[in-house]
Amino acid sequence: MARLFSMIGSRFVIAVPYLWLLVFFLVPFFIVFKISLSQTAIAMPPYLPVFGLEEGGSGFVRNLRDLSFENYLWLFEDALYVNAYLSSLVIAAVSTLLTLLVGYPIAYGMARAPAGLRPLLLMLVILPFWTSFLIRVYAWIGILKPEGLLNQFLAFLGIIDQPLVILNTTSAVYIGIVYSYLPFMVLPLYAALEKMDYSLIEAAQDLGCPPLAAFWKITFPLSLPGVVAGCMLVFIPAVGEFVIPDLLGGSRTLMIGKTLWDEFFFNRDWPVSSAVAVVLLLILVVPIAYFQRAQARAREQES
Amino acid sequence: MAGTWGRFNVVALALGFAFLYLPIVLLVIYSFNESRLVTVWAGFSTKWYVAMLNNRGLMDAAWVTARVAFLSATVATVLGTMAAVALTRYTRFRGRLLFSGIVFAPLVMPEVITGLSLLLLFVAINFDRGFATVTIAHITFSMCFVAVVVQSRLITFDRSLEEAALDLGATPVKAFFQVTLPVILPAVIAGWMLAFTLSLDDLVIASFTSGPGATTLPMKIYSQVRLGVTPEINAVSTVLIAIVAVGVVVASLANKRQDVLRQREAGGE
Repeated sequence: MARLFSMIGSRFVIAVPYLWLLVFFLVPFFIVFKISLSQTAIAMPPYLPVFGLEEGGSGFVRNLRDLSFENYLWLFEDALYVNAYLSSLVIAAVSTLLTLLVGYPIAYGMARAPAGLRPLLLMLVILPFWTSFLIRVYAWIGILKPEGLLNQFLAFLGIIDQPLVILNTTSAVYIGIVYSYLPFMVLPLYAALEKMDYSLIEAAQDLGCPPLAAFWKITFPLSLPGVVAGCMLVFIPAVGEFVIPDLLGGSRTLMIGKTLWDEFFFNRDWPVSSAVAVVLLLILVVPIAYFQRAQARAREQES
Repeated sequence: MAGTWGRFNVVALALGFAFLYLPIVLLVIYSFNESRLVTVWAGFSTKWYVAMLNNRGLMDAAWVTARVAFLSATVATVLGTMAAVALTRYTRFRGRLLFSGIVFAPLVMPEVITGLSLLLLFVAINFDRGFATVTIAHITFSMCFVAVVVQSRLITFDRSLEEAALDLGATPVKAFFQVTLPVILPAVIAGWMLAFTLSLDDLVIASFTSGPGATTLPMKIYSQVRLGVTPEINAVSTVLIAIVAVGVVVASLANKRQDVLRQREAGGE
C-alpha cells in the first residue's frame, strides 16, 4: 500500500512540473516554428493559418504545400538581419570578455578576503542582481548623457572640455552589459577560486616562481570551470539582449533582440519575427547545450 | 591578515563595489532633487515622491505588478520545488533528459524568444491576454530559477534522515513535509524571493504576454523612460530598490539566526 502511494506520489511530483514546462515552454517553440513558415496577413492574428486541424487530412496536405521558407530567405537577403545577428554576436563576445576582465579581480579579491568577511562581500555582489535590471540600466542614462554626471565630473577635473558622446553608442551598450551581468560572472568565478588550495601558490613561490607566472600556471587554469560558466551566463543572454541596446545603444546600435522587438511591435510582422527567433535559437543552441553539459558534470561531481 | 589579502585585492574590491553601487546611489540621490533635470542638483525635495503617489497610471501598474509577482512567485515555488525533488530523487524515469533540459534552458533563454513564443501560444489557443497570461508566463520562467536554488540545497541534504522516517512508517508525503521541507526551507524561501523579484523586474516577457488593463510597473517605467528621464522615475526606482534591499537583508539575517540556533542545538546535544 505504502509502495503504491509512493509510486503515485513520485509520478505526481514529476508529472506536474513536467507537463507545465511542456505546455508553456516546449510547445510554444513549435508554434513559433510553425508561424515562421506562414505568410504575413493584415488581420488579427496577422498571419495566414498553417496546419489548421479543423480541416482534417486534406486540409493538412494543402497546408503543407502552403508552407514557405520565404521568411527565412528574406532574413538572408536583407542585410539588416544578417548584420544584426553578426553585430549581436560581436557585441556579446566583446562584453563577455570585458565582464571577465572586470569580474576576475573582484572574484579573486573576495576569495582571498578573510573568511569572516566573505559572506558579507558575497551579499554585496548579489544585492544589485536583486534590484531591477531595468532600473539599473536606466541609472546609466543619467550618468552617460552628454550633460550627464560623468561628463560633468570629467569637466570638473579638467580632463575634457568637450562632453564625450557615450550614450547612444556601442560603448554605452558595453558598459550596460558589463554592469548588468557582472554578478553572473563574479559568482561562478568566486565559487571556483574559493575552493582553490592556495598552498599551491605558496609552493610555487617558494620554488622561485614569480607571482604573475604562478597566477597563469596555477590559479587561472584551476579557475577555468568558473570562467567558462561565467562567460556562458553572460554571453548567451547578452546575444538576445533587448533593454540595454534599446535604452543605451540608440538607433544606430544593431542587435537582434531589438530587431525582433521592432519587427513584432512596430511592423507587426509576426511570421518574420518568428523566423528571427528561430534563427537566433539555432545560433544559441550550441552554447546552451555546451553550458548545460558543463553544469550537469559539475553537479554530478558535487553529489 | 592584510599580508595574505594584499593591497591589490582590497583595491580591486573597492573599485568593483564602487562600480556596482555608484549608479544606484546616484539614482537614489537624484530622486530627492528639486529640479526637473535629473542631472543638475537644485536642492533637496520630496516632491517627486508626492508626484509618484498621485500618478494614477503608475500606482495601478504597481498594484498589477504586486499581484502578478505574489501569485506567480507562489505557484513557481511549488512547481519549482517539485521539479527540484523530481530531478534529485528520481534519477531514472522516461524523459528525464528532456525534463532536465527544459528546466535549465529558460535560465539562459533570451527573453525576447520566451516572450514571443508564449504570446504565440496564447494566440493559437485563443486565450485572451491580460493578468492571467502574464502570471502564467512569469510562473514558467521563474519556476526554473526556484528549481535550481532548491536543487542545490537538496543535493547536500542527508538522505538517510528521510529514509529513517520512511522506515519508521511515515508516508513519503509526511516524510517530505516533516523531515525534508524544514531542512530545505531556507532555499525554498530564497527561491520564492527570487521568483518574486524576477516577476517584479520583468519588462520583455510581460510586454509580449500582457494585454489591455494589465500594464505592469516595468512596462509603465519603460514607456516613461522612452519619453525622457524624469525624477519621478528615480523616485519609483528608489522605492523599489528599498523594498528589495530590506527584503534581502531581513532574509539573510533570518537565515543567519537560524544557522546560529541550529549550531546551538547541535552543541547542546
